[in-house]
Parts: sequence; C-alpha cells; structure tokens
Amino acid sequence: MLRIRNLVKRYGNGEPVLRGLDLDVPGESVVSIIGASGAGKSTLLRCINRLVEPSEGSIELNGLELTRLKREELRKARRRIGMIFQGFNLVDRLTVMENVQCGRLGYLPYWRAALRKYPAEDIERAYHLMERVGIAHYANQRADALSGGERQRVGVVRALMQQPEILLADEPTASLDPVSSRQIMELLQSLSQELSLPVLINIHNVAEAREYTQRIVGMRFGKLIFDGGPDDLDQSAMDAVYSGTPAAERQEAAAGSWRMATS
Amino acid sequence: MSHAEHITTRTWRKPPFIANPWLRWGLVVGFVVYAIWAVSTLPFDIERISQGFTRAARIFSGAVPPNFSRYELLIDGFLESLQIAILATLLGLALSVPIAFMAARNVAAKPIYLLGRAIIIVARSFHPVIVAILFVKAVGFGPVAGILTLTLYSIGFVAKMLAERIEEIDWGQVEALRASGTPYIGVLQFAVLPQVMPRQIGLAIYQLDSNLRASAVVGIVGAGGIGATLMNAFGRYDYDFALAITLVIIGVILISEAVSGRIRRNIG
Repeated sequence: MLRIRNLVKRYGNGEPVLRGLDLDVPGESVVSIIGASGAGKSTLLRCINRLVEPSEGSIELNGLELTRLKREELRKARRRIGMIFQGFNLVDRLTVMENVQCGRLGYLPYWRAALRKYPAEDIERAYHLMERVGIAHYANQRADALSGGERQRVGVVRALMQQPEILLADEPTASLDPVSSRQIMELLQSLSQELSLPVLINIHNVAEAREYTQRIVGMRFGKLIFDGGPDDLDQSAMDAVYSGTPAAERQEAAAGSWRMATS
Repeated sequence: MSHAEHITTRTWRKPPFIANPWLRWGLVVGFVVYAIWAVSTLPFDIERISQGFTRAARIFSGAVPPNFSRYELLIDGFLESLQIAILATLLGLALSVPIAFMAARNVAAKPIYLLGRAIIIVARSFHPVIVAILFVKAVGFGPVAGILTLTLYSIGFVAKMLAERIEEIDWGQVEALRASGTPYIGVLQFAVLPQVMPRQIGLAIYQLDSNLRASAVVGIVGAGGIGATLMNAFGRYDYDFALAITLVIIGVILISEAVSGRIRRNIG
C-alpha cells in the first residue's frame, strides 16, 4: 500500500511542479499515470524513491514514512522499491546476468559483488525470472547487444531481483517499437498479478493505458485531476488532462502569484 | 535586367570573429607591437649564431658514422629506462584511478573534489624535467628518482583525463543503481567504472608509451636510464656513440608508438 499525502515539489524558488498531490495505491493494482509532458509525472515517481527530494508532504510505503529517512535508512528503503526507466539504464558493458544481479547490490556485502561471488539463490532466482520473461539465453551477452524490448526485460528482471514491494515504471515503453511496447505492458500487468505487486506506470500512450491497467490517474500541472477506470476516461476527461500547454499554465500561475504579491 | 540589378546590389560578408571593432583591431595592434618589442629586446647576436652552426657541424661530423661497439651499455641503459617506465606507469595508474574519482565533480563530494583537483594541478604544474631535478636532489642519482618523477607525471595526465571522462558518463546507469539501494562504492564499481574502462585502458597504454619517451629525457638530469647513458656519452665527447643512442631511442619510440596506436585502435 502506497499512501501519498499533500506532496509538493518545488525546484528552487520557482513555481511548484507538484502542488499538494494525494494518491493511494493499494496492493497488487496496476495504475497508469497519464498527463502532458511537464505535468509532473516523472517528478512524482522520482519523489517516491527520492531520486528527487520532495519539498513537502508525506509518502508512506506499507507503513514506512519515506520522506524523512536519512542516508543509510533511505538506501535500505530503496531496496523495497523497484524502478524501470524509459532509457532502460542498464550498464551497457556488463553482461545481462551482471545487470540482473545489480538488483541485489543493496543486499550483498560489497566484496561478494566485486568478486562476482553471487549467492546461489540469487543466481537461481535470476535464471527463474529471466526464463519467465524470455531472456535466459542472453545471460552471458553484453547488455548493449540486446534489442530495445529485450533490454527493457532485463530492466524489469533487475527491478524484480530487489524483491520489491512496489514497482515504479517511468515511461517504460516510450523508447520501444509498438510490438515490444505492448509486450512490456502485458508483462508488467501479469507480473503484478503473479507477484501481487503494485505497479505505477507513467505512460504517454493512452490506448495502452486503457488496455493494460484497471486504474488510470490523470495529472495536470502538478495535481491529480482524474482518477478512474478506463471507461471513465471519456473525451471531456481527456481534454481536461491534455488540452492547453503546461508552459502557458505555469506562466499564468506565476503571473497570478505576482499579482497576489503586488496587490 | 532588374533581376541582374538585384543580384549586384546585395552583398554578404562573413560576420567578423570578434564583433567589437575596437577589441578586434586593438588585439591585432597589440600583438604586432608586442612582437616587434619582443624581437628588438632579445639579444640576437648573428655572429654567435653563425659560430654555433659551425660547432654543430663539427659535432655532427664527429658523430657520423654512429658507433654501436658499446652495445652492452646501450642495452643496459634501455632496460633500465623500460623498467622505470613500466614501474612508474603501474604506480601512476594505481594512484590515478582513485584520484580521478576524487576529482570528478559528479561523483565526489565538494571537499573531496577540491582535494582531488588540487592533487592533479600540483602533479601537472611542473614539467617532468623540473620534477626530476627535485627528485634527484631528494633521493640521489638513479632510477628511483626517475620512477618517482614519471609516477607524478602519470598521475597528472591519467587522473585528469579519467576524471573528465567520469564527468561525461551516462547518469542514467548511476541513477538506476542508486534507485535499487546500491551502496556508494557499489555504484562506483558497477555503474561508473564499466563506462570509463575503455578510456582507462587507452590511457594506460598511451601513458606507458609516453613514460618510455619521458624516461629518456629525465635520465639526462640524472634520473637513470638511457638518458643518463646519453648524457655521459656527450660529456666524454663520444658523439658517435651519442648518435647511436639517439637512433636507437628514435627506433624504440617509433615501435612503441605503432604498437600502442594499434592496441588503442582495437579497443576503441
């Protein structure tokens, strides 16, 4: 269960990117987050594992308050949060197996990883997961030798190796061709059910969001303005999420606060 | 008719490199004035220069043909130079890698970064010959002074280039590992090091090549190796032996250049 309350993120003294956002994600649900570029989707995901420091508010994962954790506590908490990236972010020059084992680096004593003395159960788990997503035969290939869809599977397995309590996917299909893209969405959906894992997906492709997720959340200018099933997302809801440009709204908001300051 | 007129009335010139005309012409005038002043104040003595040419001619005529009869001395000198170069490269690389990580702004904390940069600046600020003179004074004549000199020289170059490469890495890989709760040292080894490894290998080979060359030079000021042999030959007016040494140095450097170039091309 992920519980976000009144989340605010402000870069410097500028207008906030997230403006008091509330979101609950109960266990084993797949939630799509849609919204125009600049709406704050990526910032929202990155606030959860604190790749971006939230300015205000609370984020609770299964009872653990994430926003106030100190360095070492934060590192340990991050092991419970898997992340999948648009650009895959695999270590290109390492083998697929080494990349997958990177998901265990937070648990392993450093010397074991350094000498590649991975525990037998980790190797077993890696093969099991790689077989599940169909990349086991690439174990000894370098990550940059794989195609986009295959690389994203490596990314998924790496995240699952952490034995996470939640999966964050930041535009996981945006760099993929349509076929691989659908396969990855399908994979995320079925893995969520198999492992009873909540999954949060930032996505631009609304058709895929409708098809593969039961719940869609629409963001606009740092706030949630839509929350419902695929059928609730009608034309007026789509317009509310996507019309206009974030830059213009930001300017308006800045002008508004300027007026308030001077009046 | 009107078409032709149209063409002739429009002109275009490349915008000047320096837009401000005062600055542009000021720089040109300043440079010319300085050059004239510099040449006029230096003591150019045509007589001495012409004498120097005749002296050089005498040395060269004494040096031809080169004399390889004392080849044991030559080989000993070279083996020592090679030892100096290899040991200095190994030592230099071992120290360069941690210093490079310290001196990379994106992975090091600010005070560590400043310390790393300071070490590199100190290591780079003097030419190896000057460093060699200091080390010869400190530890005496011989290869130890050469090794210490070239170690410092290697740090100055390899650590700087590697630090710059580290600052150019793809940050996404670092982010991915940090997001999984990997400790700092693990991030360095698994996200940063693989990305800079090809550059590191290239730098290592280049530096070995460069140290071999420099070891001949620092030998001249007493830091051991073939340079010392060469200096002794000059001191005893054995110009034919000196030429033999010079030819061998050129040969060895050509070979090492070719080998290192080929290896670096292949690791790409």
